[in-house]
Amino acid sequence: MRGVERIEQVFRNLNKAGAAAFMPYHAMGYPDRQQSLDVIAALAEAGADLVEIGIPHSDPLADGPTIQTATYAALVGGTTVADCLRMVRELRDQGVDTPFCAMSYYNPILAFGEERFANAAAEAGIDGLIVPDLPPGESELLEPACRAAGLATIYMLAPTSTEDRIKSVARHATGFIYLVSVTGITGARDELPPGLPAFVERVRRHTDLPLAVGFGISTGPQAARVSEIVEGVIVGSALVKAAGSEAGVDAVRSLAAQLAAGSRGG
Amino acid sequence: MTLSTTSTTVNYNAVPDETGRFGPYGGKYVPETLMPALDELEEAYLNARVDKEFMAELAHLQHTYVGRPTPLSYARRLSEELGGARIYLKREDLAHSGAHKINNALGQALLMKRKMGKTRIVAETGAGQHGVATATAAALLGIGCIVYMGTVDMERQKPNVFRMQLLGTEVRAVDSGSQTLKDAINEAIRDWVTNVESTHYLLGSALGPHPYPAMVRDFQSIIGLEAHSQMQDPAEGGPGRLPDAIVACVGGGSNAIGIFHPFLEEESVRLIGVEAGGHGIEDGAHAARFADPERGRLGVLQGTKSYVLQDGDGQIALTHSISAGLDYASVGPEHAWLRDVGRSEYTYCTDAQTLKGFKALCELEGIIPALESAHAIGYVLELAPQMAKDQVILVNLSGRGDKDLGTVMQTIGGDS
Repeated sequence: MRGVERIEQVFRNLNKAGAAAFMPYHAMGYPDRQQSLDVIAALAEAGADLVEIGIPHSDPLADGPTIQTATYAALVGGTTVADCLRMVRELRDQGVDTPFCAMSYYNPILAFGEERFANAAAEAGIDGLIVPDLPPGESELLEPACRAAGLATIYMLAPTSTEDRIKSVARHATGFIYLVSVTGITGARDELPPGLPAFVERVRRHTDLPLAVGFGISTGPQAARVSEIVEGVIVGSALVKAAGSEAGVDAVRSLAAQLAAGSRGG
Repeated sequence: MTLSTTSTTVNYNAVPDETGRFGPYGGKYVPETLMPALDELEEAYLNARVDKEFMAELAHLQHTYVGRPTPLSYARRLSEELGGARIYLKREDLAHSGAHKINNALGQALLMKRKMGKTRIVAETGAGQHGVATATAAALLGIGCIVYMGTVDMERQKPNVFRMQLLGTEVRAVDSGSQTLKDAINEAIRDWVTNVESTHYLLGSALGPHPYPAMVRDFQSIIGLEAHSQMQDPAEGGPGRLPDAIVACVGGGSNAIGIFHPFLEEESVRLIGVEAGGHGIEDGAHAARFADPERGRLGVLQGTKSYVLQDGDGQIALTHSISAGLDYASVGPEHAWLRDVGRSEYTYCTDAQTLKGFKALCELEGIIPALESAHAIGYVLELAPQMAKDQVILVNLSGRGDKDLGTVMQTIGGDS
């Protein structure tokens, strides 16, 4: 099965159960190589329906302090793009079969070679790709390369997105659309934005693709509220912070279980 | 002004195209949240450019507040000392707030005030010159302003930090990454993404996503337009002819593109950009994107595709320059394109050669240049003697050096 189909299946299966997918993010190489592998295995065990595999970049301009710090530490620890793909392969070989989306910025992919990256990622066991600084219109090389390799091309929409931008993303996206909950950067926030349901409705008018909401979600109850209006709940910073805490993988496991339960409607 | 046109196969006015590209360079590589803001900015800018009232107000402020036109000075003693081409200086150091940066800062601040319903400005600064210019424009027009600055740069440009604060701007220290210009831009963009409804990002160089490279170029082109006329007019201090070469330092490249652009169709004029050679190319501690064949490659940094200093894995390289304003891993996309089409050429000047240029201008002309501008002078020390006495070099003296006294004293010592 191609990556994009594996991602589609996640949402099809959940629709039957009437719940949202729990979609955690982790930065590869953080806190170190082995622990990042353990974190992702723990996320899968705790009920993740899809894991975002963060490939670190030196200049993560869409990320808040938590992920900045984690990806910087990963780079200092020597994490490379090729190594991230090797780690994905190792997880697959261990039997972790949760769909994976790679998440990175454009320059590391450009340096690797767009077509070469898409093929290597698919071969390693990646199913889709999210590049926050590559909106549709700038991805005329990467998008066809991903399609040829069977990867889902996932784009983001934000509360500021106009109708034209929503239509454009709806035309280019496969797998699901990533809705940024707030105008801002990644990071845990206390409140969900009041405008979120209206934003979701605006996007629904232009697409039948599953929608996943990310940025700012950190607790089970927040995940439960988001699961009422979209098909996917994305959590990054809160879990990355847990991974870097003293309790490490155990803290990730316990928070992930709460978030997974929340995503399934509490 | 009408420029004389020569036969040319490249249409310099056709860039950027409607997608914001200069050939393969430029574009809009930003998070989706910012795309509508860029569209809005482009619309406001295109509207302002043809709005006579807006352009008249900007021209009035340039004249009565900035002090434009800035003079053209003949560097007689420097020319005689070098014994080659005659050297003329376009005196952007005499613009209000001490550098060419005010041309763009005032243009964008006025654009925001008159054409966009925003109330708050964020900006980045490396040397502090753009931060001071933005703080100045914000004070003049009554706009709230926050400037992000790397902690390393805050240390080496202390006087400018205090200047910004005096002007009512909040300076926010950035201690992520290399704590220099690149990181200040990341942080300014993060603020902009978060507060985009109320906030304009006043980017300081011919960099970033479209429409910034074109808009900043246009606001800075007043340098070249004035120089084009002054050079040909002896009453304005000019030699009565066009220069054989124009030399300007290139960080992001706004002062260079500003003086180059009105001369693009004058094919007899060589256009030479001078990058920061730092400790030398082989040493690796530099910011010469075009001069380092190993690490200077096509890449995307902070919204635009251009030449970027990076490692083999696409991670942005740390740069070094004695001047904070040139200490940046990427270069404006139009420079990359002009280089590709063979219109402009790029060289570099090391920290050591820059200090020679700095001292020469101080001692022979009574002008203390910014360390950024001293890169252009440092290269001219080598170029002028290779040229004939009847030839002419025009240097963009982009800023004054008061802010750099601490750095220079530390480097060459106060007594030397």
